[in-house]
Amino acid sequence: MSENSSTPAPAPFPAAGNISDAEREELRRHGILLTSLEELYNWGRSNSIWPLQFGLACCAIEMIAAATARFDIARFGAEIFRPSPRQADLMIVSGTVTKKMAPQVVRLWNQMPEPKYCIAMGACAISGGPFKQGYNVLKGIDRFIPVDIYIPGCPPRPEALLNGLIQLQEKIRAERIAGANAAKHLRADAPSEFPVPEYGEHDIVPSCNPAVWNPPANPRADKLKS
Amino acid sequence: MSDAPNSEKAVAVVPTSLSVTDATQVLARLQARFPDAKISLVQNPGPAAEHSLLLDSTFAREIAFFLRDDPELQLDYCSNVSGVDWPDKEIVETKKISVPDPAGGPDKIVEEKTKRFEPGYLEAVYHLFSMAKKHGPVVIRLRTGNRSDQVTLPSLTPVWRSCDFQEREIFDLYGIKFEGHPDLRRLLMWPEFKDHPMRKDYVAPDDFEWEPTPHDQVLARAKARIAANDAASGANVQPEAKS
Amino acid sequence: MIGAGAPSSPFNPFGGPTVREVHDEFHGDLLEVSMGPQHPSTHGVFRMIATLDGEQIVKLKPVFGYLHRNHEKLAENTTYLATMPYTDRLDYLASLSTNWGYALAVEKLAGQPVPDRAQYLRIILAEMTRLVNHTCLVGFLFNDLGTSFTPLLYGFREREKFLDLFEALTGSRMMCNYQRFGGCRIDPTPEWLAAAEKLVSEFPRFLDEWEAMLTGNEIMIARTQGVGVLDPKLAINAGITGPCLRASGVNYDIRKVDGYGFYPRFDFRVPLGEKGDTYDRYMLRILEMRESVKILQQAFRDLPAGPIMDPKAKIRGFRPKAGEAYGRIESPKGELGFYLISDGSPNPYRYRVRPPSLINLTVLEEMCLGHTVADAVVILGSIDIVLGEVDR
Repeated sequence: MSENSSTPAPAPFPAAGNISDAEREELRRHGILLTSLEELYNWGRSNSIWPLQFGLACCAIEMIAAATARFDIARFGAEIFRPSPRQADLMIVSGTVTKKMAPQVVRLWNQMPEPKYCIAMGACAISGGPFKQGYNVLKGIDRFIPVDIYIPGCPPRPEALLNGLIQLQEKIRAERIAGANAAKHLRADAPSEFPVPEYGEHDIVPSCNPAVWNPPANPRADKLKS
Repeated sequence: MSDAPNSEKAVAVVPTSLSVTDATQVLARLQARFPDAKISLVQNPGPAAEHSLLLDSTFAREIAFFLRDDPELQLDYCSNVSGVDWPDKEIVETKKISVPDPAGGPDKIVEEKTKRFEPGYLEAVYHLFSMAKKHGPVVIRLRTGNRSDQVTLPSLTPVWRSCDFQEREIFDLYGIKFEGHPDLRRLLMWPEFKDHPMRKDYVAPDDFEWEPTPHDQVLARAKARIAANDAASGANVQPEAKS
Repeated sequence: MIGAGAPSSPFNPFGGPTVREVHDEFHGDLLEVSMGPQHPSTHGVFRMIATLDGEQIVKLKPVFGYLHRNHEKLAENTTYLATMPYTDRLDYLASLSTNWGYALAVEKLAGQPVPDRAQYLRIILAEMTRLVNHTCLVGFLFNDLGTSFTPLLYGFREREKFLDLFEALTGSRMMCNYQRFGGCRIDPTPEWLAAAEKLVSEFPRFLDEWEAMLTGNEIMIARTQGVGVLDPKLAINAGITGPCLRASGVNYDIRKVDGYGFYPRFDFRVPLGEKGDTYDRYMLRILEMRESVKILQQAFRDLPAGPIMDPKAKIRGFRPKAGEAYGRIESPKGELGFYLISDGSPNPYRYRVRPPSLINLTVLEEMCLGHTVADAVVILGSIDIVLGEVDR
């Protein structure tokens, strides 16, 4: 499966020594499992991701369709959609996040315990989508919380959501336990809670979280200088 | 009410008193019943020919009760309440007048431009139908005095409950205050919000930090923002691209 | 009793905990619970602030706006045709129906006729959409009743078959963007029509299977009969339309009253309820599905050949004359209306959607008073709301 996806295969863990995958497979056939703590830890986490039952708009219907018998998200261990954020470890932001809803989304994110991941499903969650020129539309949920996987589409097909979930699983499997590249939830410096925006008189305050998101550099900036 | 003029005259549930909903007939009935009220017919120039009645605000609620309870009209169902914003208009009229030539020749034709200021107003349009008699729509309009301080209209929620949420939405998005509404507060925006976004002169908060092909107003705002950024930081600051 | 029309208390619903204690001289200590906007039962981001006396509801205030995407303002800056994909996203479960409502309103505004074949196709797709919508609704209603997923899985299995047909015809499962001003976008092939006819002919068997499981279920009857009763006079005054109104016994179906499209040519009945409770609303939708199957079978039989688009229809540079029009259809949720004011330019001057889901929520409080929180969830499920339409 790793050959077909666009993300590179995760690097072999040094704790597994210099034994190649073929040799490990040979040992496994003889009943000897050789693994590392990281691999085991990530395998458990990636194959039982429990999403938060959090559908905002039209993409939520495709998310529900992904959970039904035809597309069957249960094969990936993710069929338990938890109603409470305290029990979930994946937030699929499916649908337009409006400014009125944004504080609630950030609050839910804060309530989720680590390790937690976020998938922005649909064009609206990525950047505001077709409703970008909206006074009440937040132009992308990544303005306030860190997003791991972006799934474009309006709405993305359930297969696209499953593809995004598979990529998230690969991302989780590539995470380290210790060291400089440790997973976010195991590092002391990575924040797990983010400030909740307030309702202002004309807009939410602040309109984005600079620690999480900065506007990308505009390639036409020189033309904008008057 | 069929939309296709070339459809056959099939066996349809034809509204029995279709003529009653003809706006002029309704107008005549209302004028007979309320001789003091200022009610006028607003022509609808398009092909749909849905003319409406402009009611004056002082008698509006009484007229509404009459429309609902009159045994021949029985407009017991208010389907839709919309707000419309008509901003102030400056109309320039050009007139050709002839002035005598000071040099003594024939009269010259000069164009004289007169500017006329037409004040704007906010409007609430109600579409009324009858579930008992299955006819409609009868369209009534209420207009405010202007767009700034005289923005009060009588609420028709005591007449038709369906106006409840819709009038709240008009208050939220247009700013018309409905007097007599049982619970007038914002419906769609949060309570601390101060503007009325559906008005024609509303400017949305400027959070287009990056627009790939800015033009017109967005370009002007982007330039102003970059100039302001430069002035504030005193250097050519480009926001860092985060991967 | 604290009833409808009482002014809401001056509290700030956006700060503080979601459960508060409130003291009322008459009832003593009450509990104010905020259900939503993230809640598994609220069908989207909808929030109800319920004041409870023990388990009974004494006051219920809905809060909207969490999905307000300023659809009406967008339409003022977009041409008439470019607003059509946005109408898909209003009622995202029934996009072909919403498309027709908008096309009807614009055709009324511009005086644009529609050829016969297109009218039949519109009816076919609208009734298929009604089947899809009611199937989803019954699935979600049983989700709210507590059957975790099974009826929903049955319903979505059928829905997937319809979505395959929609995708084959229009290119998209949900956001179909199919109707145009003056007709339809694409002519279905004979194979598509044969597949659709076959699917529709198998649908009553699925309904029988579903009803055998659901309709006579004791728990469902105990939990839905007598719950959320809606008085017909209040329903008319509050502007309730669609299955919620007909469940209370009022005979008002816009397909029969206005006779838009070619509906007068079809022979179908309008089911009416007796008591107006949740059970009636559920049964009414099952009966409406059976009537829709009848309409579809007649439509497939009588579908004429011909163009699907009026040859004189202007697609580019479409500028209807100045004027206004109100066009409405019987969408699966109720009366969906579009009020358009044109000033002769390519963009509408005013574009207003009359959302059936929002108006149907006017009487949510009345229907829920005296019932428990669990009943409020079921009553909300039976009203059939879609937040894209409520908040636009």
